[in-house]
Amino acid sequence: MNPSIVLQVAGSVFRESVRDRVLYNLVAFAVLLIAVSFLLGQLTAGQDVKIIKDLGLAAIGTFGLLIAVFIGVGLVWKEVEKRSIYSLLSKPVRRHEFILGKFCGLGLTLVVNVAVMSVAFYLVLGWLAWRETPEVRASWAAPATDPAMLKAVLLITVELLLVTAIALFFSTFSSPFLSVLMTVALWVIGSLSTDLRDLGTVVDAPVAAGLARGLYYILPNFSAFDVKAEVVHGVPVGAGYVALTTVYGAVYLAFVLAAAVAVFARRDFK
Amino acid sequence: MPAAIRIDGLTKHYTVGFWKPRPYLALDGLTLEVEQGEVFGFLGPNGAGKTTTLKLLMQLIFPTAGRAEILGRPVGDVDVRRRIGYLPEHPYFYDYLTAEELLQYFAGLFGHAPAERRARASRLLDEVGIGAERRLQLRKFSKGMLQRVGIAQALVNDPDVVFFDEPMSGLDPIGRRDIRQLILRLRDRGCTVFFSSHVLSDAEALCSRVAILSGGRLAAEGQLSELLAFSVRGWELVVSDLRDEALEHARRVGVIAGVTPLGQGRFALDLPRDSSPERVLADLTAHGAQLVSLNPLRETLEEYFVRQVAEHPATRGLDQ
Ligand SMILES: Nc1ncnc2c1ncn2[C@@H]1O[C@H](COP(=O)(O)OP(=O)(O)OP(=O)(O)O)[C@@H](O)[C@H]1O
Ligand SMILES: [Mg+2]
Repeated sequence: MNPSIVLQVAGSVFRESVRDRVLYNLVAFAVLLIAVSFLLGQLTAGQDVKIIKDLGLAAIGTFGLLIAVFIGVGLVWKEVEKRSIYSLLSKPVRRHEFILGKFCGLGLTLVVNVAVMSVAFYLVLGWLAWRETPEVRASWAAPATDPAMLKAVLLITVELLLVTAIALFFSTFSSPFLSVLMTVALWVIGSLSTDLRDLGTVVDAPVAAGLARGLYYILPNFSAFDVKAEVVHGVPVGAGYVALTTVYGAVYLAFVLAAAVAVFARRDFK
Repeated sequence: MPAAIRIDGLTKHYTVGFWKPRPYLALDGLTLEVEQGEVFGFLGPNGAGKTTTLKLLMQLIFPTAGRAEILGRPVGDVDVRRRIGYLPEHPYFYDYLTAEELLQYFAGLFGHAPAERRARASRLLDEVGIGAERRLQLRKFSKGMLQRVGIAQALVNDPDVVFFDEPMSGLDPIGRRDIRQLILRLRDRGCTVFFSSHVLSDAEALCSRVAILSGGRLAAEGQLSELLAFSVRGWELVVSDLRDEALEHARRVGVIAGVTPLGQGRFALDLPRDSSPERVLADLTAHGAQLVSLNPLRETLEEYFVRQVAEHPATRGLDQ
C-alpha cells in the first residue's frame, strides 16, 4: 500500500464533498437545529440547559449520520457508474488504495463537520451560561460548557466513521438506494441491539431469542456509542469505557473495510 | 526488448439473460502482439469487442481465459501503470474539479511534486487545445472538451505505451487533425500508440499496423500496406489514340467493365480483377493505341474492412 496515493485520493474526496452543496445544506441545518433547540430552551420554564445539550448532541449525531450515509453510499458507486474510475485505476492506484482513500476522504469530511457543529454547539451553550445569573448556573447538574460532552462527541464520531465504512461497503456492489436501505436498517438494528440480546426475557420463543442473540454479537452495537443521556445529566462516563468502545469501533471498522476491499478487488466495471 | 503489448488467447464471456442465463462472447481468444514504437490501429464494427479488450488490458474487467502483458509485465502490475496512459471510451471525470485540478491530481498520483504537477497540467492542456476553460469545473465541459481532457490525462506521465479508445470521437475537424498530429508526435518520441477506431481514414493516415476485430474474433491483422496490396480490386488502363475498332476487338480478348473519356484523346478503361490486363493492352497497342498508364486499383481500407467483417459473421453465444 502506498500511503501517498491513499492521501491523494482522500484529498480529492474531501475537496469534492466540500464543493458539493449538499454538505453545506446539512451543516446549515445542523446550525439551525441548534438555534431551534436554543429557542426551545428559552420557552421552557427554568431555562433547563439539559434540553439544549440533548438536542444539540442529537443534532450533531443525526446530521453526521445523514452525511455518512448519503455521501458514503454514492462514493464508490458514482465513480463506477459515471466511469470516472476508468482513468483513475489506469494510474498507479491499487483498488484497495482507492477504497481506503475514499474512506479517509469522507472520514475527514465528517470529522471536520462534527468539529464545526461542536464549536457552534459550545458557542451557543457558552453564550447561554454567560447570560444567566450565577444562581441559575449553580442549579445545573453540569456546567453548560461541560468538557465531558466531548466524550459523547468522540463516540459519535467513531460511530459515524463506522457507519461510513458500512455505507462504503454496500456501495462497492449495490446501488445507492439499496445501500441507504441496508445501511439504515443495520444502524437501526444495531442501535436496538441490547433489546435483541434481551429478547429471550420478553418472548417465549427460544429459536427467535437465540437468533436475536446471535445477531447481537454479529451486528455492530451502535447503542454502545450513545452516552448522551449520561453526559447531559452529569453522570460520569469513565475514560476506560470511552477507550474500549473506541477500540471496538475501530476493530469493527477494519473488518468492514477489509470486506469492502475484498468485494471490490475482483469485480468487473461494466 | 519486450513487446509493448502481448495478448494471448484473451477471452471474455458475459452472462446475459436473467431467467435463462447463457454466456455471451464479448471477446473470443484474441491473440495479438504489438511491438514498441508502433502505431497500432484496433479496428472493428460496433460491438466487436474493442472496448472490452482495452478494459481487459487496464484490468477494469477480468478475463474468462487467456492472459495479457504490457511491456513484459502482467496487466494490473502497478509498475506497468506508471509507464502507460489510457483514454477510456466516452471519458468522464469529477464534476467538481476543474480541468487543471484534475490533471494536477493525476500527476500527483505519479509522485510528482506540486510545481511539476502544475507545469505538466498546463503543458498538456495547451497541447490538446484547452484554453482559458481549464479553470472551469468539468461538469461544464462539452463532450469534445472532455475528450481532449481525456487525452491530456492519458499523457500526464509521459507514457511509453498509450491506449486510446476512439480518440477522435466527439472531436471537431480541427480537433481530429490536432489529435492526429499529436499521435504522430508521440510516435516520433518513441511512444507506442494502440488505438481503437471506426474512422478508417484515421487508421490509414496513422497506423503502421492494424487488426480488424469482428464479432469478438480477430478477422485480419497485418501491415496496412500488405493487407491492401494483396487485395487488388481491378486495373485502370489509360490509353490514347484509341479507335473504335480497336476497342471492339479488345472487348473480345478480355473483359472491359467501362470506358471513361478523359479529354485530350485519352480514355480510361476499367478492367476487373480477374481480367487479364496484359492481353487487353497487347491487343490495343497492336491496333495503334498508345499506353499512358496501367495502375492496380487497390481496395481501400474501408472496402477491405467491410469485406472482412462480412466474411467473419458473429457467432457469439456458446449455445449456438
Ligand atoms: N457488461 C456487459 N454485459 C454484457 N455484454 C456486454 C457488456 N459489455 C459489453 N458487452 C458486449 O460485448 C460486446 C463487445 O462490446 P465492446 O464495448 O467491446 O464493443 P466495441 O468494439 O467497443 O464497440 P463500439 O465500436 O460500439 O464501441 C458487445 O456486443 C456488447 O454488447
Ligand atoms: Mg467501444
